[in-house]
Amino acid sequence: MTKRQISLRGKDILGLETMTIPEIELILGTACEMKGIIGRDIKKVPTLRGKSIVNLFFEASTRTRTSFELAGKYLGADVVNITASASSVTKGESLRDTLYTVEAMGVDVIVMRHEAEGAAQYAANIASPVIINAGDGAHEHPTQGLLDMFTIKENKGKLAGLKVAIIGDIFHSRVARSNIWGLLKMGAEVHLAGPKTLMPRDIEQVGVYVHDRVEEALEGADVVNVLRIQRERQHKGLFPSAREYARIFGINQERLDLAKTDALIMHPGPMNRGLEISPDVAYGDRSVIQEQVKNGLAVRMAALFLVLTGGKNIETTA
Amino acid sequence: MKLLLKDGRIVDPTQKFDKVADLLIEDGLISEIGETLSTAGVEVFDAKGLVIAPGFVDMHVHLREPGFEAKEDIASGTRAAAAGGFTTIACMPNTNPAVDSAILVSGILQRAQAEGIVNVKVIGALSKGQQGKELAEIGDMIASGAVAISDDGSALDNNRLLKTGLEYTNMFGCPVISHAEDESLVDEGVMHEGAVSAMLGMKGRPSIAEDIAVARDIMLAEYTGSSLHIAHVSSKGAVELIRQAKKRGVKVTAEVTPHHLTLTDEVVKTFNTATKVNPPLRSADHVAALLEGLKDKTLDAIATDHAPHAFEEKDREFKQAPPGFAGLETALGVVLTGLYHTERFTLIEIVERMSTAPARILGLEAGILKVGALADITIIDPNLEWVVDSSTFYTKGKHTPFEKKILKGKAVATLVRGKFVMRKGKVCI
Repeated sequence: MTKRQISLRGKDILGLETMTIPEIELILGTACEMKGIIGRDIKKVPTLRGKSIVNLFFEASTRTRTSFELAGKYLGADVVNITASASSVTKGESLRDTLYTVEAMGVDVIVMRHEAEGAAQYAANIASPVIINAGDGAHEHPTQGLLDMFTIKENKGKLAGLKVAIIGDIFHSRVARSNIWGLLKMGAEVHLAGPKTLMPRDIEQVGVYVHDRVEEALEGADVVNVLRIQRERQHKGLFPSAREYARIFGINQERLDLAKTDALIMHPGPMNRGLEISPDVAYGDRSVIQEQVKNGLAVRMAALFLVLTGGKNIETTA
Repeated sequence: MKLLLKDGRIVDPTQKFDKVADLLIEDGLISEIGETLSTAGVEVFDAKGLVIAPGFVDMHVHLREPGFEAKEDIASGTRAAAAGGFTTIACMPNTNPAVDSAILVSGILQRAQAEGIVNVKVIGALSKGQQGKELAEIGDMIASGAVAISDDGSALDNNRLLKTGLEYTNMFGCPVISHAEDESLVDEGVMHEGAVSAMLGMKGRPSIAEDIAVARDIMLAEYTGSSLHIAHVSSKGAVELIRQAKKRGVKVTAEVTPHHLTLTDEVVKTFNTATKVNPPLRSADHVAALLEGLKDKTLDAIATDHAPHAFEEKDREFKQAPPGFAGLETALGVVLTGLYHTERFTLIEIVERMSTAPARILGLEAGILKVGALADITIIDPNLEWVVDSSTFYTKGKHTPFEKKILKGKAVATLVRGKFVMRKGKVCI
C-alpha cells in the first residue's frame, strides 16, 4: 500500500465501460485487503469515521443494499437507507430535487439504484457527492462486475485468456453489461448465450461471441455466469414458458460437463433454482455463489474506501 | 418605403439563379433584381458577402398552442423561426385540444396574425382528437386554411383509416403527412436499436419499424393515387422505399431533419435527454443514406420537427423524458456546417431543400425570388462562426443536441413581406 499513481478519490463509479484497467486493478487489490477485515472477529475499523453514505434505492434490493450498508459500517461510516416507496418520490418529487435534498444534508457518497438507464450519470452531472451506481436499469452494475471479476481472479489467479460464458437474459441484465465491459478490458474472452429474444441485437460488435445454443457457449468454459430469468418476461412474450426455458437454456450437470472440469459456477442472485440453474449445480462443489456475496462486501468496502480516502492506510482514520 | 438589398449573392433555385446583384423591395413585393440598382431615395441594406435566399419554409413545427404553452406558444415559436431564418412555418395539430376542426384552424391563424411575426400555416388532424378512429372534418379545415393533414406525433396503425384519410384529403388537393413508425415494433423503445442500445441496455426503436410503416404508407398512396408526405425520414430502408416509389410514379414526397442528417446514436451515450427524439438518431449507415437521398431528391425537403418541451419535462431520466427538442434556431447553422462546408451540397441545393421544395409540397406562394413575388427573404452569412447557446434561444425549448457546438453559417436577417423581423440575430419587431 505504499505509493499509487492513480487515485479514485472523489471519483464517481458509474460503470466499467468508463473505468480504466489500473482503476479496476486498484479496486480488486484493495478488496483483497478488505476481505481480511471481514474475516475478523471484530470487523469494525475507524477508517471512514465521520463520513456519511446514503443508500438511495429506487428499486428493490436485498443483497446490494445490505452489502453497501455493512461495507460502510465496517469502515466506520454512518449509513442511511432511503427507499423510494418510503420517500417523497411517491409524492411526485423529481430525481433532481431528491438528489438536492440528500446533498443538502452534507452526504459524502450516494449509492444509487434506479430503474432508468443513465440515472447514475444524471445524478453525477447534477449532485456534488460521489455517486456510486448500484444499478441503473439494464445499463450497468459496476460493483457486481467488479465482485464477479474478483471472484474469478481469486479462484483462477487471473482474468486474461479465460473463457467466460454468460447465460440467460442478457437484454435486461446490467450484470451482464458490467461483466462484459470489465472482462473484455481485463483480457478475458466473453461468450453469451440465451434466447435470441433476450439477446440485444448487434451486441457482438462490442467484441463478445454470441451463440444460439447454450452448449456452444459452455464448451471449454473456465467460468459459467448464470443470469436470473425474470418470469415477467414470459408475459411479454419473450419466451414461451418457464418449463421450456429450463429445458433449453437451464444450466444442469449434463450441460456443465461441456465446460472445463474446474469451471466456476456463478450467479448474481437472486436465483430461481430449477429454472435457470438446477439445484445440484447451484450448490455443487464448483459453485462460488456464496463466495460472490462475501466478495461483494469486500469490493464495496474497497470502493467506498477508495472514493472517500484515495487509498490511505485502511486501519487508521482518513 | 423601398428597401434595397445591395451586392448580395442572390440564390434562387427556381431559376437556377446564383450571382451577386441588387434586389429592390417595394410594398412588400420584390420589384426589381439587377446589377447596380439606383440607391436614390431608398433604404439600403449592405449585403456584401451575404447570401440572399427566398425565405425558408419549415413544414414541420410544433408550436404547442393551444394547451402546451409551457413548451411553446405562437409568439415564442414564430420568434424562434424568425431568428433561425424561417419566414413561413407549418404547425402540427398535436395540441390540446388537437387541431381537428375548422374553428381551431381559424383560431390559430387569427392568433398568428395577432401574435406571430412570421407566416404560420396550419396542418389539421387526420382523425378526430388524433385518436386514430374517425376522420376529422378535413374538408372544413382545408376550407379554413389548413395546408395539409396529419396525425403526427402518433403513428397511424389503422390501415383502413389511413386509406380513407388519403382518399378524402386528396379530394381537396392537400397531402397527408405521415409519422411513419410501426407502434408494435417501437413499443417502449427510446433510441435506435443497434450496437449502442445493446450496451446501454435501453429498449430500441428498430429501423424496420420505420421501413414497414413507410412501405405500408406508400402502398396505400399508390393504391389510392393520393399525395403522401413522409415526415422526418430516418432509416436507409425508408429512403430506398421512397426512391423506388418515386420511380414508379407514386405521389410521395419526404422530409429529413437537420439532426438525422448530422448526428448518430453514439450521442445517446451521454444519456442527455436532448438526444432523445422520435424517430431516433440512428447509426452512421443510415445517416449516409439520408444524405444520399437528400442529394438525389428522394428526400425533397429539410424540416426541423421543432419539438420544444419545458425544461423540467426534459430534465429527468432518459427513458421518462418526452421525445423531441428545439430545432428552428439551429437548423440553418447545422445544415450549412454539415452539408455545405463539407462540400456535399451547394448553396443552391440547400436553399432549394429548405425553401423551394417545402413550399411546393404545401402549395405555398414561397420559395422563389423573382420580380412580383412576396418579399419573404432570408439573408445568410454562410461563413459566420457561432456557438450554440440555448439560453439565448427565443424558443421556450432550451434543449438541443447541438448545445455548445461551433457552427459555421447563420441567418443574419429575416424579412417577411419586405419588413425586417430579425436583424443580426435579434428579433426586431
